[in-house]
Amino acid sequence: MATTLTSADQPATRTTAPRARRRWGFLARRLGFYAVAAAAAIVLNFLLPRLMPGDPSSAIVEELERVSGQQVPPETLESIRAIFGDPGQNLGEQFVSYLGQLAHLDLGVSIVNFPVPVSDLVWQALPWTLLLVGVTTVLAFVVGTGLGVLAGWKAGSRFDAVVTPLTTFLSSVPYFWVALLALWVFGFLLGWFPLSGGYDPNLTEGLNLPFLASVLHYGALPAMTIVFSAFGGWLLGMRNMMVTTVREDYVLLAQAKGLAPGRVMLRYAARNAMLPSFTGFAMALGGVVGGALLTEIVFSYPGIGYLMYEALQKRDYPMMQGVFLLITLAVLVANLVADSVYVLLDPRIREQG
Amino acid sequence: MTETLPGTATDPAAAPRDVVLDVRGLDVEYATGDDPVRACVDVSFTLHRGEILGVAGESGSGKSTLITALTRLQRPPAVTSAGQLLYHPRDGGPPVDLVTLSGRELRRLRWTTLSIVLQSAMDALNPVMRVGAQFVDALRTHDRRLDKGAAWERAAELLGMVGVSADRARAYPHELSGGMRQRASIALALACRPDLVVMDEPTTAVDVVMQRQILAQVLRLRRELGFAVVFVTHDLSLLLELADRVAIMYAGRIVELGTSASLYAEPRHPYTRGLRDSFPPLRAPLRRLTGITGSPPDLRRPPSGCPFHPRCGQRFDGCDERLPVLRDIGGNDVACHLYPEGS
Repeated sequence: MATTLTSADQPATRTTAPRARRRWGFLARRLGFYAVAAAAAIVLNFLLPRLMPGDPSSAIVEELERVSGQQVPPETLESIRAIFGDPGQNLGEQFVSYLGQLAHLDLGVSIVNFPVPVSDLVWQALPWTLLLVGVTTVLAFVVGTGLGVLAGWKAGSRFDAVVTPLTTFLSSVPYFWVALLALWVFGFLLGWFPLSGGYDPNLTEGLNLPFLASVLHYGALPAMTIVFSAFGGWLLGMRNMMVTTVREDYVLLAQAKGLAPGRVMLRYAARNAMLPSFTGFAMALGGVVGGALLTEIVFSYPGIGYLMYEALQKRDYPMMQGVFLLITLAVLVANLVADSVYVLLDPRIREQG
Repeated sequence: MTETLPGTATDPAAAPRDVVLDVRGLDVEYATGDDPVRACVDVSFTLHRGEILGVAGESGSGKSTLITALTRLQRPPAVTSAGQLLYHPRDGGPPVDLVTLSGRELRRLRWTTLSIVLQSAMDALNPVMRVGAQFVDALRTHDRRLDKGAAWERAAELLGMVGVSADRARAYPHELSGGMRQRASIALALACRPDLVVMDEPTTAVDVVMQRQILAQVLRLRRELGFAVVFVTHDLSLLLELADRVAIMYAGRIVELGTSASLYAEPRHPYTRGLRDSFPPLRAPLRRLTGITGSPPDLRRPPSGCPFHPRCGQRFDGCDERLPVLRDIGGNDVACHLYPEGS
């Protein structure tokens, strides 16, 4: 009898040292995985133009000279050859000089905006996109998930019966339509918001109050359209997870313990129900860097999405290449963050890995 | 392993006679569609302080419904359509009817007077909270003056009481073995010193050895802390050993209620006899096992008269017409026409 008792207790009795080691091992494995993925993205970015038929560098240089009407300076030529391939050099040497360019954050020169380097253009557009899409992604998640918790907590309540079908309807409306309608009604008919741009061009850019106010004013309408279109997905996903989670025994037991209903709803039901939503949220954050293509086009917002749209329209290959690399790396970073935070959110994951 | 568990039915000190819960005419319906299903019908019993009352029955007999009704944890479409759950406070104050209490009043009574142990401890503990934290929030909800450190100490102490080492309070549920989890949820149920613990087959999910340990622990803790238990299971043999009194449920009704000894030695209802004869005796010569033919009735269309009559070997004319009422027959309460009024 005594032996059975101890053997039943043993497997779960672990000292803390190996557990900590496991946790770090887990993190190291994850980091290794992401390093490999990032390396693969960089190599692909290097190989793609070189696998294209013909000589992309010469094509780009020709295009540059045609657009700008002037001779391409030798250092620009060298940078373009490093990034898009020099038919005279072998691949190994090319790869080394390509990495050298990347290390200096040199992504080549934009064709459309010759001779501005791609990195400068990306650097200019990035804060706008991070601000607009970042804030709205977080806002949509918070609003949608919050309402989803309430709707799922008492499924079939009046709140649920009104909000859930309404949201299903709203989230099936195409985004470009919402954006155009908002622009037409609030921008054109009512004149509450400006029709395009990210700020008032008559003001000096910088950290001064009138400029920041104009940023808010210009950003409000695009932001509202994004939140409006995106929160529904979070709401429905969270509501459905809540509906199944509230039937779990641990929620029943939390109620039996006499805890305050708010605590049962948040700490027991929502805390578990949000785990799948959280993964989606982290992925959405990775997508933030790519910008909101449609939003930025409709509102002519000076972000990465608009930059990419321009590049695609005018076949600005250096630009596309640079933006794609940035997006790939951003998604990887977001995934890494999501993975790491998920480990904190769900203790069961820590044991595996 | 076959000796009687200490502190069983034969221990008179374990069952003082004052009442803790008085269940009167409890009806629970599942209001689905046009014809509601009555899963508990006219259930009445009295539970004394420190007593273990076993409730046994097949699947669909209404025993799970009874658990959620007793603990006021039922969810729609289940509704308590009639009856009273009179709780008698420890201090001798006037009884409180749990059925009519407001949500707030009920929350105050929860865990301090009435707690529950669920069937599967894996599902009953929040997977993303440390085990100790799940004690702490219950402790601190019911005792606002208790500070965090003291609450964690108390959680560790409670775990120690059921033989789970105190450092396991910092573990997550998935880091404990099945038996530890189940013992932890028993300790959790006792955290606020309740008068009454409802246990829903707490030993079905663990192996037989662990089952014995857990039952022995429940009996020991009951002796030390004096709480009463309603122990619900399909396993009558287990109840006959553990419980002071046993209620047999069939089709949502109690068909027989008596002491374990009398139910074992002399079951009066044909259904009770059938249940008893469907498992081997522990300390008697082996006999031929007989099951009960047929299957439990469809509660949407319960049989007329005595709900057991279609499966009963001793039925006679009239069994399918009149419903037998629960009556005192030689010390046990039995609902069967075999024992006519005045006999």
